[in-house]
Amino acid sequence: MAEERRQKQCSVSLPTESMKAMAESVGVGQLQEESCAALSEEVSYRIKEIAQDALKFMHHGKRRKLTTNDIDNALRLKNVEPLYGFQSQEFIPFRFASGGGRELHFYEEKEVDLSDIINTPLPRVPLDVSLKAPKEQQKVESTEPLKIVKPGQEDDGTIQGKTQGATAADGKGKEKGLIRLKPRSTHELSVEQQLYYKEITEACVGSCEAKRAEALQSIATDPGLYQMLPRFSTFISEGVRVNVVQNNLALLIYLMRMVKALMDNPTLYLEKYLHELIPAVVTCIVSKQLCLRPDVDNHWALRDFAARLMAQSCKTFSTTTNNIQSRITKTFTKSWLDEKTQWTTRYGCIAGLSELGPDVIKTLILPRLTIEGARIKGVVEGQVVSNIDKIGADHVQSLLLKHCASVIAKIRPQPDLAEQYRTDYGYLGPMLCSHVMKARTQAALQAQQVNRTTLTITQPRPTLTVSQSGFSGSGGPRTPSIIKVPSSLTLMTPRPGTPSQPSPPATKYIVMATSAGAASTQQVL
Amino acid sequence: MAAVQGGPVDAVEEKDIKTEPSNDGCGSNSTNDGRAASASPGSGAPAAGAKPAAAAPEDQQTLLAVLQFLKKNKLTESVDILRREAGLPEDSLDLKGADSSAAGSGGDLGAADASSLLSRVTASSSAVVQAPTKAAGEDQPDVNVVLSAYSQQGDPKLYPVYYNGLKRFIESVLDCHRAELSQVFYPLFVHMYLELVYNNYESEAKAFFEKFRGDQECYYEDDLRILSSLSKREHMRGNETLLDFRTSKFVLRISRDSYQLLKRHLQERQNNQIWNIIQEHLYIDIFDGMPRSKSQIDAMSGSLAGEAKREANKAKVYYGLLKEPEIELPLDDEDEEAENEEGKPKKKKPKKDSVGSKSKKQDPNAPQQTRIPLPELKDSDKLDKIMYMKEATKRIRLGPENLPSICFYSFLNAYQGLTAVDFTDDSSLIAGGFADSTVRVWSVTPKKLRKVKSAADLNLIDKESDDVLERIMDEKTASELKILYGHSGPVYGISFSPDRNYLLSSSEDGTVRLWSLQTFTCLVGYKGHNYPVWDTHFSPHGYYFVSGGHDRVARLWATDHYQPLRIFSGHLADVTCTRFHPNSNYVATGSSDRTIRLWDVLNGSCVRIFTGHKGPIHALAFSPNGKFLASGATDSRVLLWDIGHGLMIGELKGHTDSIYSLRFSRDGEILASGSMDNTVRLWNATKAFDDLETDDFTAATGHVHLQDNSQELLLGTYMSKSTPVINLHFTRRNLLLAAGSYNP
Repeated sequence: MAEERRQKQCSVSLPTESMKAMAESVGVGQLQEESCAALSEEVSYRIKEIAQDALKFMHHGKRRKLTTNDIDNALRLKNVEPLYGFQSQEFIPFRFASGGGRELHFYEEKEVDLSDIINTPLPRVPLDVSLKAPKEQQKVESTEPLKIVKPGQEDDGTIQGKTQGATAADGKGKEKGLIRLKPRSTHELSVEQQLYYKEITEACVGSCEAKRAEALQSIATDPGLYQMLPRFSTFISEGVRVNVVQNNLALLIYLMRMVKALMDNPTLYLEKYLHELIPAVVTCIVSKQLCLRPDVDNHWALRDFAARLMAQSCKTFSTTTNNIQSRITKTFTKSWLDEKTQWTTRYGCIAGLSELGPDVIKTLILPRLTIEGARIKGVVEGQVVSNIDKIGADHVQSLLLKHCASVIAKIRPQPDLAEQYRTDYGYLGPMLCSHVMKARTQAALQAQQVNRTTLTITQPRPTLTVSQSGFSGSGGPRTPSIIKVPSSLTLMTPRPGTPSQPSPPATKYIVMATSAGAASTQQVL
Repeated sequence: MAAVQGGPVDAVEEKDIKTEPSNDGCGSNSTNDGRAASASPGSGAPAAGAKPAAAAPEDQQTLLAVLQFLKKNKLTESVDILRREAGLPEDSLDLKGADSSAAGSGGDLGAADASSLLSRVTASSSAVVQAPTKAAGEDQPDVNVVLSAYSQQGDPKLYPVYYNGLKRFIESVLDCHRAELSQVFYPLFVHMYLELVYNNYESEAKAFFEKFRGDQECYYEDDLRILSSLSKREHMRGNETLLDFRTSKFVLRISRDSYQLLKRHLQERQNNQIWNIIQEHLYIDIFDGMPRSKSQIDAMSGSLAGEAKREANKAKVYYGLLKEPEIELPLDDEDEEAENEEGKPKKKKPKKDSVGSKSKKQDPNAPQQTRIPLPELKDSDKLDKIMYMKEATKRIRLGPENLPSICFYSFLNAYQGLTAVDFTDDSSLIAGGFADSTVRVWSVTPKKLRKVKSAADLNLIDKESDDVLERIMDEKTASELKILYGHSGPVYGISFSPDRNYLLSSSEDGTVRLWSLQTFTCLVGYKGHNYPVWDTHFSPHGYYFVSGGHDRVARLWATDHYQPLRIFSGHLADVTCTRFHPNSNYVATGSSDRTIRLWDVLNGSCVRIFTGHKGPIHALAFSPNGKFLASGATDSRVLLWDIGHGLMIGELKGHTDSIYSLRFSRDGEILASGSMDNTVRLWNATKAFDDLETDDFTAATGHVHLQDNSQELLLGTYMSKSTPVINLHFTRRNLLLAAGSYNP
């Protein structure tokens, strides 16, 4: 490429026709060819010389664009009177004309009527130069005396983010600096950002599933959200706190989906907000009660989903300094080991642990299978137990079978004998045995395709319906879980972080059901 | 002969006029005065090593050359005056004339002369002490020889053949020599081309150029472009680039083995033409030892006139810092601090000078405290020093794990007109120079800018009162922004005085102006450059300042003298940026000739020449300890230099456009660079300086071996939104301030 350019540079010089045209324009006709050639060479050389000098002025003017002023200055350097009256324009509209075998490029200058100029009102005076410093920086070092101004252009650059990569680098750098110097402080959002935030949060917890999907998609992909991140995290943590108390399963699910979307966004750095997000997620895993009617509603799915989120954040954010994984593991184990722990919490702990990976299952869950089996046996075969306990034990059992089977299939040698399993794992042994065998065949069939069903409970879309009343969707093969949602779903107030209001009497129901197929695959794996 | 010389003589005259255009008739006379004040371009380098005594014969040489020139042009009166003033005897000129004619004819002897050249070169490289005097004698190009150099010529048709022959030879030599010998190509190419052009072989010259242009290193592209536009003898007259090529020798560093190889080849072939050029226009600096590798050569070459001679960097540089004046710090009580901030004079308590005590021992590398006279500290300066020390105790320690926060000041609505920015040391004021000839000063603290009251009002003030300094200010004029009008061209350089009382600005109109920040009026216009002044910088101790411009010289001024104290001449192209060393004893200048020079303020001599940049240098920064220099250029690289050893010690690659600002953090751990590519980059300076091992060999030979570790040293890249970074500044607490104009 350089070669090409060189070639061009060497050969450029004005054509002799130009010389002739110019000579004519100043009244010199009949210029000889030789003089034209000599002239054109001389003129080309001088023009190049001036252009080189003009470049110098451009460099010192810290610009990338050569202006007519630079050329004026270059001329002055050579003691030549500058050409007045030229102005730099964005593009120079050269016009082309041909005729009489000659081609001509010219700059069209229109005749200007002076009276027009005089009579037209003066144009607005261009804005004066002003100095701006980004506002957020001023808080960095409050003792550093800086002028207070509105967020300048630099801010906008990072918010809108021309390119994702650039924003990430920039945002990270700035954040680093900020955090170090001063504890996190609330920044003001621009009006657009406030609007966006309002729309997004409303859609996320609103009743329209399509809108929600769109909003979540936006959260998961938009590159410029980091300024709103603190608001989102507060919104989620407070939302969970309030809705757990009110046993509002649907909203908890929506909030967890928001967490998921935030985690999916590659441009966001959640590290600084984990202290708000993790408690919220853990609450959704282990809370004693998450819905109004624990016997009917499928809060188990929420626990599973939240457990998966927890595992994911452990994977991404756990470091040697924050030790998230080990702290979380300890928390789960501790409440699991507690005799008095309810079945729901027990389920959550096991789900949380088993999502952390086969290693955790191997070291923490497998050794306790016998004890857990005995406990389940006690519930299933015992006489005086509540329905709720029975369902709980049922779920714990299937959960254990689901997670342990695949691990055992990997670590245990081939012959799967029910008796052997019974001695090793107690009550759950025989069932495990059959699951392990199933898992082995499954593994042989599928090539390691782990089916991470997310909590898009709407998988077969039509199953999620909203009905005015009654249980219209209760025709599924499994007992459909019914989630009650208060009618006033316009929980959103412009203020972030208070997404809940006392729930009025239920008038509306959202019926959710997972199809049998989806459920069964979940069970197997 | 006389006819042949017509062109070049005029060229010299033009150069003279450049420094003093008003003096048409006796232009050369005044130039001579200028030169006597400083080292002349050709001999600047050797003089650096010489003792003052050795400088005398060299001055005489210059004088003689000028005399001869005057005589030739029948300016007998000037000859008489000059001779009288210089105190030269009548016959000295004739003696010199004979000498020069001998030298002139010497060129024709070709091969026979080769051994004498060799012996000279050997002498200068092996016996450094002896070299300066000897080189000064022989090195000073006789005006006649230089100007008529191109009149000697062979058959123009054979030039491509010669060149090709040499090319084939160099391609056939051992790998280890090839890189070194390839250096010869570029100067040879240029001189052959110029010779062809000079002798009116236009088409041959063009063909020659086209044929061999592709062989030249890409970093000479800019010069080649200038060269390509030149195809007629008349063009050579006013072209400064070419003038430099002819008057200054292109310096090459070649190992002895490679040189012998080249010499033998040329002698065998009887290749007088090439040999003549090498002798006339090249300075070959021969060293003993291993030939250098291609990368080593590439690192150092790229400047307009080749590499620096090794002797040029041998002079001792006192790069250490001056001892801080001892100021007793008042007790660090809160209430006292509050009082201090109000600007009231404090009673000093002789206690607690923890910060001052550490610098009590004299640095062996530091210049003597009185090496150059520095202004005495005033009370207000002492107060400022105390403030500085207090701030310094609150300074954030920076490092790779602890990067500075960056605050970006954007100039809005500048319409691409912002050309220069400076911050005061205490970060309270920002000044901007604009293309519309204005200088604007902003206060970035709540404290507004106020003018001093008029003389009539000042008379009414009670001069005995304690707050007299407060009372002289006119409250009615308080504003955040003050505009200073006075220049008649874009303002390219701007610099605050350390005491914040003055502001300097340099402009396209050829003047440097000193503004008072008390009255916000212009105090002095320093005239002398006559051509655009690209940069100016106040000494860290105040009083002195330096300016550099299109006339290729840097000038040292004192604020109370309207004429320069020193003229630093030697650069071969515009001086684009100027910086004072932290100890005020040296001045660094960067130039379009792609070299950086360090000048001694005391005697005006050039003590360091750094080559290696491939484009005009636009930014310079001294490390706070005074040991190192960083430079940034349009080649988008930052180079690091060890001043004491005169070596390149690092190359920082990463920017994608011209670098316009460089700054070290207050403790020197971080180097920040700002560029046209809209980024600020932070570099690990500690690591860059620690990693280098300056063994004796490297120091002695000047061979650098740089490892490419830019990526490891790069600590962060921070983008702005289409805002080129044109100035950087670390506050006293190590917050990084950046400034630039937003280009929508």
